[in-house]
Amino acid sequence: MSLIRKTAAELGALVASREVTAVEVTQAHLDRIAEVDGRVNAFLHVDAEAALAQARAVDERIAAGEKLGPLAGVPVAHKDVFTTTDMPTTAGSKILEGWRPPYDATVTRRLREAGLVILGKTNLDEFAMGSSTENSAYGVTHNPWDLSRIPGGSSGGSSAAVSAYEAPLSTGTDTGGSIRQPAAVTGIVGMKPTYGGSSRYGLIAFASSLDTPGPFARNVLDAALLHEAFSGHDPLDSTSIDAPVPPVVEAARQADVAGMRVGVVKEFGGEGYQPGVLARFNEAVELLESLGAKVVEVSCPTFSYALPAYYLIAPSECSSNLARFDAMRYGLRVGDDGTRSAEEVMALTRAAGFGPEVKRRIMLGTYALSSGYYDAYYGQAQKVRTLIMRDFEAAFQQVDVLVSPTTPTTAFPIGERADDPMAMYLADLCTIPTNLAGNAAISVPCGLADEDGLPVGLQVMAPVLADDRCYRVGAAVEKAFESRWGGPLLSRAPAL
Amino acid sequence: MSAITRDEVAHLARLSRLALADDELDHFAAQLDQIVGAVARVSEVAADDIPPSSHALPLTNVFRPDDVRPGLTPEGALSGAPAVEDDRFRVPRILGEEE
Repeated sequence: MSLIRKTAAELGALVASREVTAVEVTQAHLDRIAEVDGRVNAFLHVDAEAALAQARAVDERIAAGEKLGPLAGVPVAHKDVFTTTDMPTTAGSKILEGWRPPYDATVTRRLREAGLVILGKTNLDEFAMGSSTENSAYGVTHNPWDLSRIPGGSSGGSSAAVSAYEAPLSTGTDTGGSIRQPAAVTGIVGMKPTYGGSSRYGLIAFASSLDTPGPFARNVLDAALLHEAFSGHDPLDSTSIDAPVPPVVEAARQADVAGMRVGVVKEFGGEGYQPGVLARFNEAVELLESLGAKVVEVSCPTFSYALPAYYLIAPSECSSNLARFDAMRYGLRVGDDGTRSAEEVMALTRAAGFGPEVKRRIMLGTYALSSGYYDAYYGQAQKVRTLIMRDFEAAFQQVDVLVSPTTPTTAFPIGERADDPMAMYLADLCTIPTNLAGNAAISVPCGLADEDGLPVGLQVMAPVLADDRCYRVGAAVEKAFESRWGGPLLSRAPAL
Repeated sequence: MSAITRDEVAHLARLSRLALADDELDHFAAQLDQIVGAVARVSEVAADDIPPSSHALPLTNVFRPDDVRPGLTPEGALSGAPAVEDDRFRVPRILGEEE
């Protein structure tokens, strides 16, 4: 089997035992990128020489007898919101075109230390705002299952890179579903850890109370290994949780749901959901029952208010966070002809540097925070956030995990929702409650929809710091489905 | 709730430091009006006795040891600056002619 088809765990073991070198593994992925990325456009930046140099360094350390982590020598692609000192970091925006950060994100630094090889930076919706990767200033990314469709978003470059076998692992960020939704629509695994479980230091901020770094992989165990490699307390992030990383790798290996209580969220289904998505989801629930889980229906009545609350809270935080792009200290500056004031240059630069969705959200947030509207919008949304947290608390008294479809539909055609913000926002209907409450959730493949033959994701939600339950249930579902399908779902994707 | 008018978008754009073109004002007014109309549903739930949550984690006053550690060098801090002069950020004038 070619190196690019192997799992990250297998690649790590091959490199550690010196059966294969990290250089060979890296070169195989660089070749794949050269072969297919012209059509997929997952990457904004690839540095082959730098990647090979990192790989050579890993091979030398292993040859010298150094004991490295389980992913040493395994390539990874970073969503282009994590700062990297040796590569440009753009957040998919013209306002940061060509910017080289003076420091590494904690996620970047920890993966370097663990010996992972950075292949490059992946495309995204500008500042991680979107559900299709169409909002990037650097072109759209295509879904490897059907190049005329979106790869999800905002981490669509990262999902496409992994599902197209350009990288075995990638990083993403999940503010309203930006890891789970792209994973679902490209037939791979994506995990949103507990908020505060993974560091935001060096992550370009969108909505600070929601942004959560997490892993993409082609199977549950690989996702757990990457999760473990970059997680844990970080004194440089004041919202980082000072607690041990949940035993995610052990849980992924355990893959057993016997006796677990699984709640089906009653509010997610019905109108607006594609029949093929609901059919695959219902099969996954029956599968869990057949594996010994006790399945009950659970009502979370305020979840239907999560989407409106999110589209007040996230834009409010974004309008504040993106004020830092002022054309003074870094990034783009437009119109500084010696006659204009700083304020005029700032407004011209931001108008030229931000795309339409970012402008919409900045103005929406500015509106929601305005005096006279604050109580009715932002204040009210914060109360809804409390109610959603209470719904989760009540649900987790009855069950160990909650399940739902990850997305209401499969990957939609590129362009279909591009200028219809409300239609686009519906893609995150099922993922947003978890961001507002800060708990953990994973998306794992659960089959192909009959209508279009495209992947469907099963979402598994667990309480705060019970991330291991997501991996335990996800791995059990994956194992049972793969034995039924005769291999991973991704092996049924058309050849690129 | 009041509808979002073109004038209101112009005001929001000024507050947001976005120099929008005329056609953008019309386009955004229609879209923002639709979005605000949809998100106003938050007023249907959450009575006065519900406390607001700004954050999912109950964290307050997080400190780390006040140790001296390396920071950015002047070159690092200025490395992405649009314009530099004498180890400083060079910026357009901040005050008006008459001030």
